[in-house]
Amino acid sequence: MKKLIILLILKVLFIKNAFALIEVDITRGNLDPLPIAVSPLHVDVKSENFEGLKIKELGENISSIVEKNFKATGLFNPLKKEAFVQKPDIAHLKPRFEDWRLIKAQALVTGKLLVRDGKLKVEFRLWDLAAAKEMTALAFTTTPSNWRRVAHIISDKIYERLTGEEGYFDTRIIYVAESGAKNQRVKKLAIMDQDGANTKYLTLGNELVLTPRFNPTSQMVTYMSYFRNMPRVYLLDIETGTQEVVGNFPGMTFAPRFSPDGKKIVMSFAKDGNSDIYTMDLDTRVVERITDHSSIDTSPSFSPDGKFIAFNSDRSGLQQIYVMRSDGSGVKRITFGNGIYGTPVWSPRGDLIAFTKMRKGRFYIGVMRTDGTGERLLTENYYQEAPSWSPNGRVLVFYRETKAGSKGEGFSAKLWSIDITGYNERRLNTETDASDPSWSSLLSK
Amino acid sequence: MMFNKNLKNILLVVFTTLILSACSTAKKSGNIDGDVYTGKETVKFLASGVPDRIFFATNKSSLTTAARETLRKQATYLRKNKSLNVTIEGHADERGTREYNLALGERRANAAKDYLMTYGISGKRISTISYGKEKPVNPASTPLAWSQNRRSVTVKVN
Repeated sequence: MKKLIILLILKVLFIKNAFALIEVDITRGNLDPLPIAVSPLHVDVKSENFEGLKIKELGENISSIVEKNFKATGLFNPLKKEAFVQKPDIAHLKPRFEDWRLIKAQALVTGKLLVRDGKLKVEFRLWDLAAAKEMTALAFTTTPSNWRRVAHIISDKIYERLTGEEGYFDTRIIYVAESGAKNQRVKKLAIMDQDGANTKYLTLGNELVLTPRFNPTSQMVTYMSYFRNMPRVYLLDIETGTQEVVGNFPGMTFAPRFSPDGKKIVMSFAKDGNSDIYTMDLDTRVVERITDHSSIDTSPSFSPDGKFIAFNSDRSGLQQIYVMRSDGSGVKRITFGNGIYGTPVWSPRGDLIAFTKMRKGRFYIGVMRTDGTGERLLTENYYQEAPSWSPNGRVLVFYRETKAGSKGEGFSAKLWSIDITGYNERRLNTETDASDPSWSSLLSK
Repeated sequence: MMFNKNLKNILLVVFTTLILSACSTAKKSGNIDGDVYTGKETVKFLASGVPDRIFFATNKSSLTTAARETLRKQATYLRKNKSLNVTIEGHADERGTREYNLALGERRANAAKDYLMTYGISGKRISTISYGKEKPVNPASTPLAWSQNRRSVTVKVN
């Protein structure tokens, strides 16, 4: 795990050009993705072997991860390499813009790498082909085993330059890996890169674990575990593997999430059958009761400024979404549409709340403004819930279950993502069945 | 006038349909009453004549007449076996969000516990645990399976 924290030496080679002709609008569903050519990174012949890495293929491998990232956004159309018109090293020095334009590319990514003295040096450039100029360039050094992260960081920089928004490729997703028959499910905490690579299992499956969530400011995770048959909220440091129970509650604690500054956990505590919302300060260990109501109050989620908490309550009869100030005052119901609402999750941009809606036996993932207006349902299915935001607030990841047959056959649980435009729904690759995803912040920030 | 008459006919049809569909959800069909399971298929017994579980309506934790009857039998049994302690497990069906279901299971387990206590069983002898929708007894995705899964189960711990 320690290896994951890498030292990145970022050095901007050239100042960004003030004007660029190409720009990708990500606020609408993009039906006309930007054609982009990602040239394989040129591998310097002076490169040395490193711990079984296939250095010669490294340039190809990095560029193909960049391509996959771009394709998955739905905003870009990476062109086939067979059509490329220049060798990687020459293109990186000076592209023949008119030739690349002939294959209908609008943007070109070039780069080179050198592995020497146990270090991987990478540089890349993004070219605006229509304007015939360089848009951005970056060079950095890291350990060679971090080559996948290099590809994600390059993807983030290019995404940022072309869309004006922060990227979300150098990120990870923590989730619950599921296996076994539907009525004897084995569940483990698992973590993977955003693109499905590097899956690691963090628990053994001896006890039921649910709802892991990242701390937005560190590599800490909070989740719920039935360890020793005592369902409680836990805190896990995924770098050291150390974990501890959160607080000293005499009953079930569940539905944990971090505050945006990462210093508090907000969660539900069930006492005598009634669930209310509490916070615990991780430094001082001070516990505060936030709601006090005879209804079920759960699924709390802080606003990114920390001033408000959205939560789920059935105080009006059925599950609805409410917003209150973070001290518990000013409780206001915000959902009034047909159906029942659960799992409110505040966008990291602060402008929207994602939710699960249930209506007439169907399940929807949707977004609404934080006052409940402007509801947009993004996807409908037999069963799906638990949206989690990409760190830039543009994509939601959630899980979906299929209908089971009379013996539970045909049942599956998978992770899916969808843009908040409602476009670009896709299934995430996971080694096993999966549920309860939580998206990390950018690792290299 | 003609239009009005047609409209009335249409309304009449609509009303009849509504009444019929209301009947069809409320009537006893097989082992489900309303949407509460009334059958014996999944039920085990703490002792002869003492069922271990009760069933709930969707999103509800209120006790039905049948549930109270079962719990009274459990209370009698627990009064006779004074050294016996139990855990009541609360469960939900799969048609709800995970976290809400955890809370709902907790509520159901405590509804059963509270009722046992009104029949003189000490709260110290009864612990509760909610499994939400995590441990379905019937894995099928059917209204019958869901009704069997909306349950609280009294389990002996010693």
